[in-house]
Amino acid sequence: MEDVLQQVISGLATGSVYAIVALALVMIYQTTHHVNFAQGEMAMFCTYLAWALLQKGVPYWLAFAAATAIGFVVGAAVERVVIRPLAQAPVLAVVVVFIGLLVIFNSVAGWAFGYSVQTFPSPFGGGTGLWGGMVSAHQLGSLVVTVALLLLLFVFFRFTPWGLALRAVAENPASSSLVGIRVGSMLALGWGLASAIGAVAGMLVAPIVFLDPNMMMSVLLYAFAGAVLGGITSPVGAVVGGLAVGVLENLVGLLIGNELKLSVALALIIGVLLVRPAGLFGRVSVSRV
Amino acid sequence: MHSVSTVPVPLAARDAGQRLRSSLIGLVAVALVTGFAFVGSGYQLFQATMVMVYAIALLGLNILTGYNGQISLGHGAFFAIGAYCAAILMERLSMPYWATLPAAALACGLVGYAVGWPALKLEGIYLALATFALGTATPQLLKFRKLEPLTGGAQGLVLLKPDAPFGLPLNQDQWLYLFVFGVALLMFAIARNLLDGRIGLALLAVRDHPTAATAMGVDVARVKTAAFAVSAAYTGVAGALGAIAVQFVAPDSFTMFLSISLIVGIVAGGLASMSGAVWGAAFIHFIPNVAEKVSKAAPWAIYGVMLIVFVMLLPQGVAGALQRARAAWQRRRRPAGAGHRAGH
Repeated sequence: MEDVLQQVISGLATGSVYAIVALALVMIYQTTHHVNFAQGEMAMFCTYLAWALLQKGVPYWLAFAAATAIGFVVGAAVERVVIRPLAQAPVLAVVVVFIGLLVIFNSVAGWAFGYSVQTFPSPFGGGTGLWGGMVSAHQLGSLVVTVALLLLLFVFFRFTPWGLALRAVAENPASSSLVGIRVGSMLALGWGLASAIGAVAGMLVAPIVFLDPNMMMSVLLYAFAGAVLGGITSPVGAVVGGLAVGVLENLVGLLIGNELKLSVALALIIGVLLVRPAGLFGRVSVSRV
Repeated sequence: MHSVSTVPVPLAARDAGQRLRSSLIGLVAVALVTGFAFVGSGYQLFQATMVMVYAIALLGLNILTGYNGQISLGHGAFFAIGAYCAAILMERLSMPYWATLPAAALACGLVGYAVGWPALKLEGIYLALATFALGTATPQLLKFRKLEPLTGGAQGLVLLKPDAPFGLPLNQDQWLYLFVFGVALLMFAIARNLLDGRIGLALLAVRDHPTAATAMGVDVARVKTAAFAVSAAYTGVAGALGAIAVQFVAPDSFTMFLSISLIVGIVAGGLASMSGAVWGAAFIHFIPNVAEKVSKAAPWAIYGVMLIVFVMLLPQGVAGALQRARAAWQRRRRPAGAGHRAGH
């Protein structure tokens, strides 16, 4: 029982990272109806930049802020340069371009920073013994950061003019444009935010999985599973789904074995899409034929 | 759902002269490829063998994604199943290598059919997501401890290269090259028969306008699941041939990046084009060899840039570009020819 409880808590901690990535995926899906397959690799790339700054002796939180800001710029730039020309393109073209981006970020990171596995420090210290050894300082810190991020996003979307404009663009770009919202800038803002959120996730997960160019591959898959489970149209769903997937992953690892963790995510994605395509919290979308 | 604009299938019956000319060209090509077995070095033959293996795999993916518009980002999984089929049957049951191919086709066809059913409910981006998950999960699944007696776990399985049968005076590389060439010819011939007729039209109709296709009496669900099964079977046969050629299977040969390579192959070669499969295969086999001399990361950087460049500038791939070049060449010649005929 002790084991199970410990796995649940550490599952919540890794799940919080999946939740953040899922949140980023949901943001992009809501504004552009695309699923960003390069989300994980963009986050990994920003994490490497933070790592490079840390190697130069930059203090942690400064590097953290810099990487997040760079993440924002990279995301906005990707939207401007690569995604916008594809606004009217068929799904296959967009998916292929996302795969292209995934590969580019992955290889550029490998090129610039090497393929050897690096350790990445945790800002919360290496303490292990909180609450009778149940939870590490980093796990608790990750959870706190997730909750804080969620609150920040909520405040941003609910109480700021930009948040309102972004929601309007997601709902109806044509009408938003007519009332004077700059749709293009808002899309770039959405992408930038998503990418910055992803960067935070990368820096939170790197101390656990260690830093290498492929570290986000499985994280992205779990985040997909979380987003689909929660409903890819729902930010709250993304967080709940991400946390649930984190717990499920750990329980599967404990009960069945570590080799089947990714397959469980696969089964979860297919299962949810078949049984309840809108996910737990998603809206059912109806379109005119 | 619409797809990237694709190379049109030549449906109009070609006139006899043209047919004669293209079958002559085909014969010469077959003779040249066969002759290469006797001049190429062992290494060159291996390279050519792998290109043919990839061509079969790409043809399979193209049937699904190019012709039928169902995106698969996880076709490496079928390649892996085919490869493991061949390896397990050869290693554990000492089946002859050639007998593993139908088995691999059958196994992958069944798995493909099984994946095709849920795929019916998943369109566009969701299918991409689910197949992406399939591709990512495959290597881990192959390492599953309970299956280790069968699969060899993370170490994989080592295979023996087949000898030429009937005492033919061919070394192993030459024989394998010719064997794979024969299989590739057979697979392409079958695909041509499938795609050039009623079934090919049904695939395209389902891709371009499923509602209209239903109205025309096409059973969309059946076409889609069948396309998945056939596509998986093709890629599975390629996987089996690949395993025999490389003489080794291991989970880490079948990562997500294999699936991505296959996508690169059909996009670069040309979607919904049979010759595109060959161009794409050459592309994904030789570009890494050349680019790896620059850096370990270079092939993938090139792949990534190529994917974006092809989608934006050359959506019909190499095959489409060649076809357009040929059409332009013929247009340049035709005015003179037409004038000549009018003079008579």
